[in-house]
Amino acid sequence: MALRIWASSTANALKLSTATRPHFSPLSRCFSSVLDGFKYANSHEWVKHERSLATIGITDHAQDHLGEVVFVDLPETGGSVTKATGFGAVESVKATSDINSPISGEIVEVNSKLSETPGLINSSPYEDGWMIKVKPSNPSELESLMGAKEYTKFCEEEDAAH
Amino acid sequence: MLEMATRQVARAGLPLMNIVRMKGVPILQQLEIEERLLRTSSNNWCIINDGTDKPSIVMGISGKPAELVEIRPVVEDKVPVIRRFTGGGTVVVDHGTIFVSFICNKDDVAGVQPYPRPIMSWSSLLYSHVFQGVADFRLRENDYVFGLRKFGGNAQSITKNRWIHHTSFLWDYEARNMSYLKLPKRTPEYRLARDHLDFICPMKDYLSRPDFIAKTIDAAGSLFSVESTEFEAVKPSSNMEFAPTSRLLTIKELEAACKTSI
Repeated sequence: MALRIWASSTANALKLSTATRPHFSPLSRCFSSVLDGFKYANSHEWVKHERSLATIGITDHAQDHLGEVVFVDLPETGGSVTKATGFGAVESVKATSDINSPISGEIVEVNSKLSETPGLINSSPYEDGWMIKVKPSNPSELESLMGAKEYTKFCEEEDAAH
Repeated sequence: MLEMATRQVARAGLPLMNIVRMKGVPILQQLEIEERLLRTSSNNWCIINDGTDKPSIVMGISGKPAELVEIRPVVEDKVPVIRRFTGGGTVVVDHGTIFVSFICNKDDVAGVQPYPRPIMSWSSLLYSHVFQGVADFRLRENDYVFGLRKFGGNAQSITKNRWIHHTSFLWDYEARNMSYLKLPKRTPEYRLARDHLDFICPMKDYLSRPDFIAKTIDAAGSLFSVESTEFEAVKPSSNMEFAPTSRLLTIKELEAACKTSI
């Protein structure tokens, strides 16, 4: 418990020191990173909305808890996703874990690199490990998602509860 | 009977778990039942299948037959090869295998985050009660072992609010059937390059089938309020709309895999 308190204090201190960084900046360096400017679902997926396109992946928190990803099952382009509904799965350790879409829309691109290199999800969850790009059908859905600070707190509370 | 909108909580304050005991049910049917319960039920389930009807090879969701299976003898001997909906490795199952599966709402398993390793640890605690005083049981990497020998393989599937952790226990096995499996690319470190038959051991040397099943139900009863449910209530019927993802690979697929591996 003492170690957790120390770690949490350190993480908070680091968050304060990076608060003035540009748009997509890490709020925490100590443990799982959370990027400012992204939106987050309570099932640990992220969305980066730029102009008319939304990129979706799983968070650093999620990849850390899942372990080494060895296989990714993604849908085809042209299909659709629905908010809070599964669109694919990752395999890690001995488990398949659903990936849920934070928003609804049409899939316009799928990250084909993940079939050969699923470990990109672990090494680069917010960049090279992106999963799908979606044309949002209802951009207002983004408003119900968490911002970076809220998601950071959500993760801390979730971990503390277990 | 299956479609309950609310989670059941028995009088004892423990969440309810429905125990379904089966014997000799084909493994593909068992997998279909499990996936349907995982995805369409809101109740907790413990499925116990005491042996399956015929020897079958069961791969994880990403399994490639050319890498995992000796295809020529499998095709010649007409051994079914199944790809299941959960992760993990490849097993040969038959009448000597005892299957135990836990399908749970994440909120009914207090203190266990819905991720592979916490669920695996939780399961090992449950089974430590089963084997207490019987054998040197432990969870080693992701396998159940007595000492350094594996007798139980695990796999999971995790959805937003529920998960399944299922195990195939080698109560007994036939060495001949084990020869259908290749050495996989990924093996646990503790295997130490041992041949398969030097790596596994049968549970029958430690516990009878009835004792193992009874102790498992008792262990579940320490965490849940258990109730028995008849197999008839869960077995697939023609009017069910759920489409399972576990499936039998065709001979064409196996032969194609054999050709690409040459």
